[in-house]
Amino acid sequence: MAKRKLIKGNEAICHGAIAGRCDAFFGYPITPQNEIPEKMSSLMPANGGVFLQAESEVSAINMVYGAASAGKRAMTSSSSPGISLKQEGLSYIVACELPCVVVNVQRGGPGLGNTLPGQADYFQMVKGGGHGDYKIITLAPWSVQECYEFMPLAFDLADKYRNPAAILMDAILGQMIEAADLHEDFNYPIYDKPWATTGAMGRSHNIINSLWIDPLVMESVNERLQAKYALAERDEIRYAEYKTEGAELVLVAYGSPARICRTVVDMAREEGLSVGLLRPITLYPFPAPRIAQIAATGARFLTVEMSCGQMVEDVKLSANGATEVAFYGRTGGVVPTPAEILEQVRELFNAPHLYAASEQRGSL
Amino acid sequence: MEKVFERPKSLTDAEFSYCPGCAHSIIHRMIAEVMDELDLADKCVGVCPVGCAVFMYEYMYCDMIEAAHGRAPAVATGLKRVLPDTFVWAYQGDGDLASIGTAEIIHAAARGENISIVFINNTTYGMTGGQMAPTTLLGQRSTTCPTGRSVAANGYPIRVSEMLATLDGPSYIERVAPTSPAGLVKTKKAIRHAFDNQLAGKGFSLVEILSNCPTQLRLSPVDSLKWVEENMVATYPPGVFVDK
Repeated sequence: MAKRKLIKGNEAICHGAIAGRCDAFFGYPITPQNEIPEKMSSLMPANGGVFLQAESEVSAINMVYGAASAGKRAMTSSSSPGISLKQEGLSYIVACELPCVVVNVQRGGPGLGNTLPGQADYFQMVKGGGHGDYKIITLAPWSVQECYEFMPLAFDLADKYRNPAAILMDAILGQMIEAADLHEDFNYPIYDKPWATTGAMGRSHNIINSLWIDPLVMESVNERLQAKYALAERDEIRYAEYKTEGAELVLVAYGSPARICRTVVDMAREEGLSVGLLRPITLYPFPAPRIAQIAATGARFLTVEMSCGQMVEDVKLSANGATEVAFYGRTGGVVPTPAEILEQVRELFNAPHLYAASEQRGSL
Repeated sequence: MEKVFERPKSLTDAEFSYCPGCAHSIIHRMIAEVMDELDLADKCVGVCPVGCAVFMYEYMYCDMIEAAHGRAPAVATGLKRVLPDTFVWAYQGDGDLASIGTAEIIHAAARGENISIVFINNTTYGMTGGQMAPTTLLGQRSTTCPTGRSVAANGYPIRVSEMLATLDGPSYIERVAPTSPAGLVKTKKAIRHAFDNQLAGKGFSLVEILSNCPTQLRLSPVDSLKWVEENMVATYPPGVFVDK
């Protein structure tokens, strides 16, 4: 039976973890994600799982490494500076092909930054982050409901690809209270883990390792990882659209800014401006084919982020020169307002189109 | 004819990659013998370090995890917490445990994690070419303190066993020196005691083993063992520090 609750995004992550059959949580305090370890400290034992507050983010991700090696569903959560500390462990976990889930409630940076909303960890989360050639499957919720529903999905993707999956949030989503339907309509499979180190118990012994000194073997490991990513790029791209049909300008935003941009689309439409919104839900794999398709229509893009411009690089790569890609960002914990984004939209409609002759595009 | 000596079944038939005379080989064998005695090969997970023992997963016939440098106690903790009935041991050198992994070992000990740690202290980073370790003796030369470790530049060596013995978490901490037949017997006894403690659910155990690195000391195997006795033992006295 569905349970409708008024909760914070951070709390929804915890309920989602339980719905995703999480076996173990290891974390370390950092704002603005503290509600997650606090709630998990009672929720995990109450559901037969393990909660442990680690001595550092470095240790927390290595505890995840150990629990994932045992074939259990393990997770950690943190915020930007703490995620930096987890990058070593994530690189090892990827190389060992272990599943796990990481939640990043992004704050302002770089450095200690502040505890306000930010999206400046896009590169770190989506492009790998640690050493070596790898990707983290990254989901970007835009509501408390999605914070809940993406946790079972993240655990499923992690097991399916034997790779870490991340939930990339921001401080707004973590702290915002909304109604969420804590349903249990998840039909994800249970995965066999014959590779897990659990004590051999009669089978041949298993080894979890990321050391390959033979260069050809090391290269083949990389090829195996890339083959998985090719499958993920084929099968796992997720995005949502709002009024993009025939739009002359498409806003691209994820997380909280996507909600603001939806308002901007409505405001612009009232002014007669043909504007839509594309919201990437998977940041890796990125909805590049859909962006390319829209770019081919001649529509322009305006990417809006709470960063100095990170996801915009993927939008540009996806458009591949076929159209103009503009950017608007606020940083340091400043959240862009609908009015200031609308002003950017108006300016773009007034400016000459850089990619098409103005006489061919009269309305712009 | 009766077979009186053979390879423990907890050791694979892979050849050790260690230098001639290095004590890693004999310590591996002792761990394997204890695993055989307690019938653990099929029921345990070993966690190996970064350093000369990085290939330990090739040598032990049991489930093994290769941890990142210094992180073995955290990896062992994560595994033990989700599989409390599985025996978990970790093997770490001095750079791994006493330098880059100090936070992990101190907190695993403070929590009293029910795991067994075998700590090899040979005063050097053997695999990377003999750089100064946290346990390098005052005056001892290394490739990064070529004129000898000085207090002014490098501070003092860390006594891991004594430091961890100040915590309430550990159930057993002993330092041994396998430099003589008697020392070898004591070393194996200590490993057995640490493993027995975990089986009895007593919590964190650590055996610090003073070891030789003939290659970096530029000494023969026999002389390197003498060096351990004549130089290391003064700074790192063998003994039982905790036994609950």
